[in-house]
Amino acid sequence: MTFVSKPRVRHPNLPSNELGLTRRDYEGSVSTLCAGCGHDSVSAAIVQACSELSLPPHRFAKVSGIGCSSKTPSYFLNRSHGFNSVHGRMPSVATGANLANRDLMCIGVSGDGDSASIGLGQFAHVVRRRTNMLYLVDNNGTYGLTKGQFSATNDKGSTSKKGLPNLYEPIDLVSMALQLGASFVARSFSGDKSQLVPLIKAGLKHKGMAFIDVISPCVAFNNHSGSTKSFEFVRENARSAVNADLILGQPEITADYAEGTQENIVMPDGSTLQLYKIDANYDPYDRIGAMTYVQKMQEQGRVATGLLYVDPDAMECHDIMETTARPLNELTEEALCPGSEVLAGINQSYR
Amino acid sequence: MSTKINDFVIRFANVNGSGSASANGMFAKALFRMGIPVATRNIFPSNIQGLPTWFEVRVSEQGYLGRREGVDIMVAMNAETFAEDIDSILPGGYLVYDNTKPLPRALVRSDIHEIGIPIASMMLPEFADLKQRTLFKNITYLGALAGLLNIEFDVITGMVATQYKGKDALIEPNIRALEIGRNYALEYLQAPLPLQVRRSDAVGDRIMMDGNDAAGLGSVYGGASVCAWYPITPSTSVAESFENHSKRLRIDKETGHKNYAFMQAEDELAAIGIVIGAAWNGARSFTATSGPGISLMSEFLGLAYFAEIPAVVWDIQRSGPSTGMPTRTQQGDLIGAAYASHGDTKHPLLFPATPKECFDFAADALDLADRLQTPILVLSDLELGMNENLSDPLEWDDSRRYDRGKVLSAEQLDGLETFGRYLDVDGDGVGYRTLPGTHPDKGAFFTRGTSRDEYAAYTESPDAYQRNMERLQLKWQTARALMPKAEINGRGGRVGVLYYGTTALPIPEALDKLAGHGIHLDTCRVRAFPFGEEVESFVADHDLIFVVEQNRDGQMRTLLVNELQTDPAKLISILYFAGLSISADFIDAQISEYYDEHKLARLTEVTS
Repeated sequence: MTFVSKPRVRHPNLPSNELGLTRRDYEGSVSTLCAGCGHDSVSAAIVQACSELSLPPHRFAKVSGIGCSSKTPSYFLNRSHGFNSVHGRMPSVATGANLANRDLMCIGVSGDGDSASIGLGQFAHVVRRRTNMLYLVDNNGTYGLTKGQFSATNDKGSTSKKGLPNLYEPIDLVSMALQLGASFVARSFSGDKSQLVPLIKAGLKHKGMAFIDVISPCVAFNNHSGSTKSFEFVRENARSAVNADLILGQPEITADYAEGTQENIVMPDGSTLQLYKIDANYDPYDRIGAMTYVQKMQEQGRVATGLLYVDPDAMECHDIMETTARPLNELTEEALCPGSEVLAGINQSYR
Repeated sequence: MSTKINDFVIRFANVNGSGSASANGMFAKALFRMGIPVATRNIFPSNIQGLPTWFEVRVSEQGYLGRREGVDIMVAMNAETFAEDIDSILPGGYLVYDNTKPLPRALVRSDIHEIGIPIASMMLPEFADLKQRTLFKNITYLGALAGLLNIEFDVITGMVATQYKGKDALIEPNIRALEIGRNYALEYLQAPLPLQVRRSDAVGDRIMMDGNDAAGLGSVYGGASVCAWYPITPSTSVAESFENHSKRLRIDKETGHKNYAFMQAEDELAAIGIVIGAAWNGARSFTATSGPGISLMSEFLGLAYFAEIPAVVWDIQRSGPSTGMPTRTQQGDLIGAAYASHGDTKHPLLFPATPKECFDFAADALDLADRLQTPILVLSDLELGMNENLSDPLEWDDSRRYDRGKVLSAEQLDGLETFGRYLDVDGDGVGYRTLPGTHPDKGAFFTRGTSRDEYAAYTESPDAYQRNMERLQLKWQTARALMPKAEINGRGGRVGVLYYGTTALPIPEALDKLAGHGIHLDTCRVRAFPFGEEVESFVADHDLIFVVEQNRDGQMRTLLVNELQTDPAKLISILYFAGLSISADFIDAQISEYYDEHKLARLTEVTS
């Protein structure tokens, strides 16, 4: 498998980056997700971001948990190792991978079920440890693989495909990440490449915990008309378009809107999501301000998108722990084993 | 009564958190430094302050280190347990107590000796501070014991000087407290007692160390660079030892930075996740936990088994199930660890019996994990982990190189036509792995817990799944040959005894006792699972085997029956699981009783 890549038709004029590589060199295998799934747009955005930044495509550790989102690391960066681990535990596996080799870039992809329910504890703790990684949540508010149960990020009062209302408060991962010490917090929409790609680039460049909550519609199960995200009266204002990047021939929901404006997105079930793109006057260096802003927007039924908070000087986990600059996985006996002479002295101290 | 040298059990009954641990520890260390074999046992509650706690020292010139039933000298410093403590003294034994308050007459036993020392009242004029008075009570009874038992006084005072080096103000009052106790004993009591100690050379070059400390140090020597863990008694000190030793031994001289990562995780799930993530990325990694942690880690262990990722897990067993008796010892996790997780999983286990073996197995486990690309679980227990045990000195061969197993470098990848992560190239069931970031366009693969083919491609093909599971079974056979061999002794008899871990401690004494009444047993100390051929032969070559272990269900016996298809009828369980450690008296009684009940022939040897 490894040396056999999927058959490709390479456009002769495909532009190369600084490494002489084209976007094709950053792609993965063919997605098996539903046609039009927002998650595929996120994967495509990762491909674009890594390619445009001219990052070596084999120098990543791709880590995920379980769920539709967690399948996606095989759909980008085929030259890098990936690890599809267990449900809700991507953060610990990513932490370990990052501890072992701090020189590799670490991308963790998770979902709202994976991060906000079963893995909420691991999410919280990887954020507070400030592990140097890009943590992406493909947030669709539903359990796709098990066919449409509510996730914890779903709005109170919204209805499932079977018509049952969600009775419980939603968990907002962005607010939690801000509170728990992430030094880079952003939110975007899977269909908004013009916003998502630069955010992923910035997140990859950021040293420390970069968290991006990507709202990514589920074309199969996300039925939440009547949710706080759904306003029938703006339906006519929303747009949907065909994304040329998607080879699956199904309509993917995209958004392209200016800073400081609102975009009303019709979700696959017909409900509407109000996205508000923060503008140039927004201060992304103010953590408390960001927390307040996000909450205020939520109260108005709007979802703030963009780079909500960044602290470029924050320490990352290795700095906090004062580990050596050399990757731990490269250390040999010389650095690791104190030897028999030292042991003789140790024996003496136990006499 | 005739004088008895270097052969008694002394028990200290204290209140948890009263500062008694250091005085009691000094008592044991002093005898050890006089060359006398000692075995120490802490019997403590799951609590920080205020509950009863006992510290027991077995003193044995013969070097018997297992627990012995009965107490010869009871230092009863806890009013709450006074009655039961007095009850536990063997007839002819001694009760040492603070007679500042008189002994309640209801508790008086005519068959023991009372040794009252007015400790509290002697403290009053000497130490103004209440905290000091409480603390130095312990040191005072230590001084009195020095007089009563003939402990070399300069050995103790020397230890005080070493212990408080740099805090010189504490040396003088400690010595004073020691002298108060000793002088009282020499002046007012019939010191020394018929039970006493005498300098010996029975310790030899052995050290005194707890198994958890040795495990942490062995992990340093074995090259672990990532330790992730979650606090749980009785395993916590494994991780703490790794950090303590690493702080001294693993600091880069030029930068002052750490050549290790030490991470206290949010729970056991994260601890094993971090270990697996780090090991996947090529760092030697381990965690330490106890039974409840093994339960929590089980999903990840199944993933690591199937995804073939090295990991080392120390399980310092305690009494379960559930929280059970969290501060009492047991060997109750064998089945849970051997088959941890869902589906068809099994994991190699190691059973250390001494601190030196903890040290050795720590490094061996890291090698085995890399070689076999699978989790290795090391099953120690509270008895070995948290008590200071006599041990042969630790050894390291400087020519030893870490066995990193089959990991391909960029150069090796360049020389390959094809790479399949799960291809069985060598026919031993172990494939070649690559580490993330090794090569620009060769060797990357996707690791998953889901079915895949030899080239790591996702597949639900029934054939591919079955081939993979059969290869893992072949790998299990490879593991059999690589695990540490059992220690087998005997003279070709028909009856044997099989044991492992800390059950080995009372065995020499039990064998001597049994031999004393004509029962001679061949021995097999199992050190690993899967069982090697030598264990299989031992089982096959004996008509009857007593399997001695510290759990209710005979878990080792189950493994023997299950894995070697042994006839269950020939495996007789000798089981102790009450939370203390198993004693030679218990083993002797159980086996003797079996001989009587089944009218088995005993051999009375004639010595000429």
